[in-house]
Amino acid sequence: MQGVGFRPFVHRIATELDLDGVVRNVGGDVLIEVGGTETAVARLVGALRARAPAAADVREITVGPAPATPAPGFRVVASAGAGVPAGFAGLPADLATCDDCLRELFDPADRRYRYPFVNCTACGPRATIVDDLPYDRVRTAMAGFTMCPSCAAEYHDPADRRFHAEPVACPRCGPRLTWREGGHTAEGERALTAAACAVAAGRIVALKGLGGYQLVCDATAPAAVARLRERKHRPRKPFAVMVRDAGVDPGVRAVLASPARPIVLLPAAVCPGLAPAVAPGLDRTGLFLPCTPLHHLLLGLLRRPLVVTSGNRADEPIAVDDADAAERLAGIADGFLGHDRPVRARYDDSVLQMIDGAPRLVRRARGYAPRPLDLPVATPRPLLAAGAQLKHTFTLARGGRALVGPHGGDLADADALAAFRATAAQLGRLHRFEAEVIAHDLHPDYLSTAYARQAAPESRRIGVQHHHAHVASCAAENGLDGPFLGVAYDGLGLGDDGRLWGGEVLLATYTGFRRLGRFGTAPLPGGEAAVRRPARMALGCLYGAEFPLPPGPEPALLGRLPAPEVSLVRRMIERGVRSPRASSAGRFLDAAAGLLGLCDDAGYEGEAAILLEVAAHRATGDPVPLPWRITRRDGLWVYDWSGTLDALLLRQACGEGAEALAAAVHRTVVDMTVALCARAAEQTGVTVVCLSGGCLQNRILAGGLTAGLRAAGLTALLNRDVPANDGGISYGQAAIAAARLAEGI
Amino acid sequence: LGHGSGGRLSAELIGRVLVPALGAVGPAGPLEDAALVEVDAAALALSTDAYVVDPLFFPGGDIGAIAVHGTVNDLAMRAAMPVALTVAYIVEEGLPLDVLRRVAASVGDAAAAAGVPVVSGDTKVVGRGAADQIFVTTAGLGRRLPGAAPSAARARPGDAILLSGLIGCHGVTVLSCREGLGFEADVVSDTRPLHRLVAAMMAAGGEGVHALRDPTRGGLASSLNEIATASGTGAEIEESALPVPEPVRAACELLGLDPVHVANEGCLVAFVAADRADAVLAAMRARPEGAGAVRIGTATAAGPVVVRTAVGSRRVLDMLLGEQLPRIC
Ligand SMILES: [Fe+3]
Ligand SMILES: [Mg+2]
Ligand SMILES: [Zn+2]
Ligand SMILES: [Zn+2]
Repeated sequence: MQGVGFRPFVHRIATELDLDGVVRNVGGDVLIEVGGTETAVARLVGALRARAPAAADVREITVGPAPATPAPGFRVVASAGAGVPAGFAGLPADLATCDDCLRELFDPADRRYRYPFVNCTACGPRATIVDDLPYDRVRTAMAGFTMCPSCAAEYHDPADRRFHAEPVACPRCGPRLTWREGGHTAEGERALTAAACAVAAGRIVALKGLGGYQLVCDATAPAAVARLRERKHRPRKPFAVMVRDAGVDPGVRAVLASPARPIVLLPAAVCPGLAPAVAPGLDRTGLFLPCTPLHHLLLGLLRRPLVVTSGNRADEPIAVDDADAAERLAGIADGFLGHDRPVRARYDDSVLQMIDGAPRLVRRARGYAPRPLDLPVATPRPLLAAGAQLKHTFTLARGGRALVGPHGGDLADADALAAFRATAAQLGRLHRFEAEVIAHDLHPDYLSTAYARQAAPESRRIGVQHHHAHVASCAAENGLDGPFLGVAYDGLGLGDDGRLWGGEVLLATYTGFRRLGRFGTAPLPGGEAAVRRPARMALGCLYGAEFPLPPGPEPALLGRLPAPEVSLVRRMIERGVRSPRASSAGRFLDAAAGLLGLCDDAGYEGEAAILLEVAAHRATGDPVPLPWRITRRDGLWVYDWSGTLDALLLRQACGEGAEALAAAVHRTVVDMTVALCARAAEQTGVTVVCLSGGCLQNRILAGGLTAGLRAAGLTALLNRDVPANDGGISYGQAAIAAARLAEGI
Repeated sequence: LGHGSGGRLSAELIGRVLVPALGAVGPAGPLEDAALVEVDAAALALSTDAYVVDPLFFPGGDIGAIAVHGTVNDLAMRAAMPVALTVAYIVEEGLPLDVLRRVAASVGDAAAAAGVPVVSGDTKVVGRGAADQIFVTTAGLGRRLPGAAPSAARARPGDAILLSGLIGCHGVTVLSCREGLGFEADVVSDTRPLHRLVAAMMAAGGEGVHALRDPTRGGLASSLNEIATASGTGAEIEESALPVPEPVRAACELLGLDPVHVANEGCLVAFVAADRADAVLAAMRARPEGAGAVRIGTATAAGPVVVRTAVGSRRVLDMLLGEQLPRIC
């Protein structure tokens, strides 16, 4: 990986140890030639791993005899020409401001005191400023800034921590801040102060971040947060909050403070005093620490938690270009805090949560993408995996490496679709990558599938079933090889039988799969309308379940919904009008949330299931499980949930609270799934279970299933580096397509 | 073989199986609603369509009326005025004679109202189950108005996109009637002939009327995509400008349908050179079938067909493959 300060680090150690030689980048590798005592060489080799820079990822060290005795002294040699790297080495992710730079930022004696663009080889922008590879200043957004003599001296001194820090800059020669609010403008420190004053006064500021514009307001001011929601047309979806520090245990703190600086979903109590509208109805807040000097400075002036959210309207991609941002954010932001260093690539903030003791990505973008991941089976031909539709990512695969592009959002948004094409083209150009094969979902109406149809003839396309891709993404990043069981608990995806799936247990390899079990089906009255309105999904389960519910007391839901809607939906279900059936775990949880009165209409994707989880967390004591039954149908194990919902309604009618019942629903799904997996393991002899799909972002399900499966003697694996949601689909598609190509299937 | 509701599936069937099978005697270039034919220097247009609809009778029309209007309108989309129609009935054994009578009478009434004679026909009675009640096929011959005929391939970037009236009425009415959903009390089919409207548009816009389509099966979304694809352009539509009657909007919301995907039988969409747009729009509004005409958007140089929503974001308006399957995961 370039841009992490590895060569200067080697130079420093080698010089300490009195070794002669050179260090240089060759393709994707670092080649070190040294001459000296055997102990010194051994200590150098040991230090390569033990003392490597935080952002470096040392995978393999090979030691062999040098061709000749090197000349005295130790030198760093410039990158070799634009050779084609074997994998995807060379394009590093952005790194949060390091401690050394931070010290300079707040040291009045330093020449970079309060300079918002301070950086060094251990920190600063990377992927968001690259024009071309190899990663050198002339091929970045910094090319237009000529270094002053002081910066140039640091840049060329192998002993300096700014040796070949490509974006190196100072107040004399680097980018400058600008502020614009109506007719008023300001520059430099004044711009910063003006922006801070605007935020303090409850206004909304558009801030040019690393991977695009962000919208910032005071997270403790209810009126400011409400205004941001209204202007952004984002009624309920939670906002992330930037804080100076957070009182969390050291393990979580290490994740928060890691060079990637992700947003981490943490208990709301960690950051008290926020306006309730920051995360309506939720028990967690997405918190993150400042990742650039500019964020540090702003937070330092304001000394309060700030809402920092992507600069866009509704589902659009984050604005990158200055003119575009000025136009698109004009109706949202009161003022613009910008600068003259262009953003070359769009990177949203990344989001992760801690489950089963490990950080697990929910949205993979800044700080993580485009760092390549390994593929379990190397692909014989370069391939592009086009991903899904929502939470879209794509993946480029070459040899044994997969480059998963940054989160791109909902492809139905024209700008997100354009950004997908542009980003795929840009990353392809950077890596001299040309896809020969395109992998895609089976859903014909996903715009990613339409892209694949346009980009390649049928002979060079590989269709991958949605849930196979989900579980393969989990298997691949966990480095599995043999066959595995896959639990894909998800919203909706198209099955290979043309029906909608989403609650599936599969026996899988990377090349194929067999369905072993599924959720019982229910109709979605109105298709996507039932997804947007979980109350309708509940009606679907009441009136159209594959295993009909026995008659019981009238559900509270029916008293709440407009009678004409109920009768129309019943009619649609009876007549099979626009009511496709799905075997979906996600939709089942939606229906439970609807029946429990937790969410009739979803304000954002997944809200019902999230509120069900929140309610379950509020429950006290051990949940009393609901009955469940697994039956055989057409050679599959099928979860008949009629008894589950029947008992739920009965207990609801008897006055049991929504919280206890929400906990009981979770417990039941966990128990049923563990039993189903145990049977599947017995039937197949396969004992490794890969858990994936959007529902595995639910901590109770993910935590309960891993614990339950392990107690049953099985191995349970979760996603970590790619999201369990549809953001991980493209990586799963790539793993499957690579294996099929390698085996000639 | 799955049957499409006018979306990409049937387009693929036509493009991959049916047209290639015709080889050298098949149509060249993009498919149009009607074909232009030249007979002894007379500029004519020819079109044929088969009509199946369940139920046969619905508020605002019936299978006979749409069989006439559909073919008249297909001719009109190439700026041809109907000269003669033929009609063929395929009747399922056991269909009450009265039903046949009503359908035939409706064909007669609709043709008379459109001012076009029905000059020839055919009737076949087939066994029970070999057809569903009655299928009607019409063919139409038209005389083209002078000047270059509008074509799906003639749209240009910058063209104004005009819509002659309300959308979504026909599809919602028929679906609601068939399934007993109750919306038919508030909505009626818009089936009607459009050739007089087209004549008025051509008089006002001449060759500036680049492309015309009547958005039947597949709805406005399909027509816009067909024109954009055939012309190599894109299109940007304002959602707020789309004329959707309130009952249709409410029904679509409950049914989970997008009005732009719902079938119509009595409106057209036109791509008109920007400098003729106002004149054409005025001419449309002067006719009863175009009284509600509006400008809904603009043709763009490239890219997908896009709808600018009330929120200001731009949504891709794609042609859907048959029945709309949820894309939300
Ligand atoms: Fe999914
Ligand atoms: Mg036709
Ligand atoms: Zn630094
Ligand atoms: Zn400088």
